[in-house]
Amino acid sequence: MNFTLEIWRQFDGNDESDQGRFETFKVTDINPDASFLEMLDQLNERLSHEKKRTIAFDSDCREGICGACSLVIDGTPHGPQQVTSCQTYMRDFIDGQTIKVEPFRANSFPVIRDLTVDRGALDRVIQAGGYISTTTGPQPEPNSMPVSPEIQEKAMDAAICIGCGACVAACPNGAAMLFTGAKVSHLNLLPQGQPERESRVIGMVEQMDQEGFGGCTNYGECSRVCPQEISIDVIGMLNREYRKAKTKKKSKPETAMTTQ
Amino acid sequence: MTFDPNIPPGPLPEKWQNWLDAHRLVGPRNRAGKNVIVIGTGLAGSSCAASLGAQGFKVKSFCFQDSPRRAHSIAAQGGINAAKDYANEGDSIHRLFYDTIKGGDFRSREANVWRLAQLSANIIDQAVAQGVPFNREYSGALATRSFGGVLVQRTFYTRGQTGQQLLLGAYSALEHQVRAGNVQVFNRHEMQDVVIVDGEARGVIVRNLITGEIERHAADAVVLASGGYTNVYYLSTNAMGSNVTATWRAHKRGAYFANPCYTQIHPTCIPQTGEYQSKLTLMSESLRNDGRIWVPRKSGDDRPPAEIPEAERYYYLEERYPAFGNLAPRDIASRAAKVVCDDGLGVGGTGRGVFLDFRDAIAQQGKESIERKYGNLFEMYTRITGDDPYETPMMIYPAPHYAMGGLWVDYELQTTIPGLFAIGEANFSDHGANRLGASALMQCLADGYFISPHTVTSHLAKNHDEISTSDSAFDQVEADVRSHIQSLIDVGGSTSAQAFHREMGHVMLDKCGMSRTAEGLDEALEEVRRIKGDFWDDLRVDPGDEEFNQSLEYANRVSDFFELAELMIHDARRREESCGGHFREEHQTEDGEALRDDEHFAKTTAWEYRGDDPVPHDEELTFEEVQLATRSYK
Repeated sequence: MNFTLEIWRQFDGNDESDQGRFETFKVTDINPDASFLEMLDQLNERLSHEKKRTIAFDSDCREGICGACSLVIDGTPHGPQQVTSCQTYMRDFIDGQTIKVEPFRANSFPVIRDLTVDRGALDRVIQAGGYISTTTGPQPEPNSMPVSPEIQEKAMDAAICIGCGACVAACPNGAAMLFTGAKVSHLNLLPQGQPERESRVIGMVEQMDQEGFGGCTNYGECSRVCPQEISIDVIGMLNREYRKAKTKKKSKPETAMTTQ
Repeated sequence: MTFDPNIPPGPLPEKWQNWLDAHRLVGPRNRAGKNVIVIGTGLAGSSCAASLGAQGFKVKSFCFQDSPRRAHSIAAQGGINAAKDYANEGDSIHRLFYDTIKGGDFRSREANVWRLAQLSANIIDQAVAQGVPFNREYSGALATRSFGGVLVQRTFYTRGQTGQQLLLGAYSALEHQVRAGNVQVFNRHEMQDVVIVDGEARGVIVRNLITGEIERHAADAVVLASGGYTNVYYLSTNAMGSNVTATWRAHKRGAYFANPCYTQIHPTCIPQTGEYQSKLTLMSESLRNDGRIWVPRKSGDDRPPAEIPEAERYYYLEERYPAFGNLAPRDIASRAAKVVCDDGLGVGGTGRGVFLDFRDAIAQQGKESIERKYGNLFEMYTRITGDDPYETPMMIYPAPHYAMGGLWVDYELQTTIPGLFAIGEANFSDHGANRLGASALMQCLADGYFISPHTVTSHLAKNHDEISTSDSAFDQVEADVRSHIQSLIDVGGSTSAQAFHREMGHVMLDKCGMSRTAEGLDEALEEVRRIKGDFWDDLRVDPGDEEFNQSLEYANRVSDFFELAELMIHDARRREESCGGHFREEHQTEDGEALRDDEHFAKTTAWEYRGDDPVPHDEELTFEEVQLATRSYK
């Protein structure tokens, strides 16, 4: 298969004089079973051979679970199939097609180079409460705290978030509510998560705001591009948890941060 | 240098407690003055950094990925073993210990494996307390299932994403400690070398992958949790970034490297389709519970599989291993697939594939039942290959998956360099010559949560002089790191590192993979050296070391894989026996099974770095509890 690629090139995202541009490449003789990233590998090998600068992009596991890959393919985060960029295959495209490739775009995800962005903001949202404040040591016997399979399933449906940030890139507001909602749902549904239920949601929502993520206005794009198919219901849960925690007023967001 | 396993006194079940009772402590008020560096944020690294941070030590945690949560532990699917005996089958620490020793073909250290089995139950408790959503029974109790090579149900799981959920648990503990101010995470930072002062590890040199800056970090102890090295084969189930650099550079500074030839080739992976393929994807071993593995009896039979009649199908595992059949351990199942493909019976475009057929299971149990068990795996297979396993058999082929070898460590998980520890897949530790399914997660978390926090503390309790990064030892190591990076840029050729890596990987898989011969290994050594020479003649990386430069990062890692490959070959050549993942064709029984030589090789080989002429040191393995036996799954 042959394709024309229009790829975003930006040498240094920190350099204000470098605003980036698209560069056009032709690739030929591509195996339809090659993944999108393998197609880019092939292009990079050729660029090396031509002594031209290779295209920077993130990837690691290449099996859809680590969340590192982060391409916007023809305007959609991760491409046409609602799977990660690395699980997108060239057979999903039409021979001879022109394909536009960009980095995930959001205020909170500054470009590093070409197609790579900095998603550290998502780690900082987790630091603000996306955990249960237990430390290593003797723990209670798990079966002394039963969890019904229904609750476990529901928590797991949220816990499978891979933290890729496609939801942010897809959202016209650049919101991270699907990401944050997934973590709040996972932990707040489980009995272990109850003691910090309120401080968790308040801490994470405040951190989201500080990072410059937008708010949810129900476009639903996040859930539509999520490779893990996380339901937009988690945003409903996030909103409910936040309202409840705020009205209770006795919440102490600092507790989670100072516990050792 | 010390080369003593330092196994504590007492009977096996009491050794760890004896060690704990005697080890040195650091008082709570003194802990903030002690610094630890942890390299890698997978299960072992995250859990170790979080546990030390929670005790009040100051921890710096490094990963090359853009977030600690992306470490490759995330990809483990099946589950984690623990001797809890919830299923009331009479499971015990002893049974888990024995299965692990036998699974490893009697090439692991008894004292370490016993401790691993002892700690297994605590790991589950810890993970549950962190909110890891393990699968549950209707009663709300934890669910378990069985896994390859064992006869009890001791495997805990979260759907098919157990590694992901356990890692997110460890990652959340890590981020909790970041918030508490005890841990500092440096993402997109890659360790380049370890700094040794007065014979002890006192810091590291790292490269900031965004800016290209070379940084110095000092500490009182350094823990390597940087994972395994099967990317030496180029195509493997590992992540693209998985590499040997941290452990290899430590090896070059004096840490012995143990059993490098013990690598695991996993039987159920999706076969390679094209030359430009970048990785192989694992399909969970659990599929072998219901799928039947076969090839056509006639070479070159290209009829659609459904049209090949029963009599013309060769169910080779069922025929050769009637007791375990399709559930034979990984090393045995992989080698059997290679043998039938070598005989020209392989299927698929490349002839390197075998069928994994669900036709009979669907007929017996119904499509719905199979869908309930394996739905997400079937979907994943369809996504990758475009074929529907409900209609046509899957095609699978073995792929490099896990490294049992790694840095040699003593009972305290300390390398031969005092103050330098290695945990998780980075060390050689507990799996002997072959690892059983669902045991890697267990070992990583035992090392990270429950062993290294104590053994590192014991080291920190010694008096250490203040160390400054302006010490001349840092000058020297930094200069070496800079010169290595410059030499990669200076080659100025026109071929990417990927092309050389692919070429070397092909040689390694062919001659130092599932089956090895003295002659093949000698050829492999020559070929690897030739390709390494070509690499240093014609490598091309993007110019610019002080900037974000992925081609440079990659070439830097490949340069270490070349050196490791040579050591693997030496090790495979010296071990004149077959055991677990190491199969020497010269040493096999009449019916083609591995033939151990316990008289000469019941030992761990730990290699000392000496350039082209590495020096082997042997640690004799003594067995008090188990009797050496032929490992039979027939």
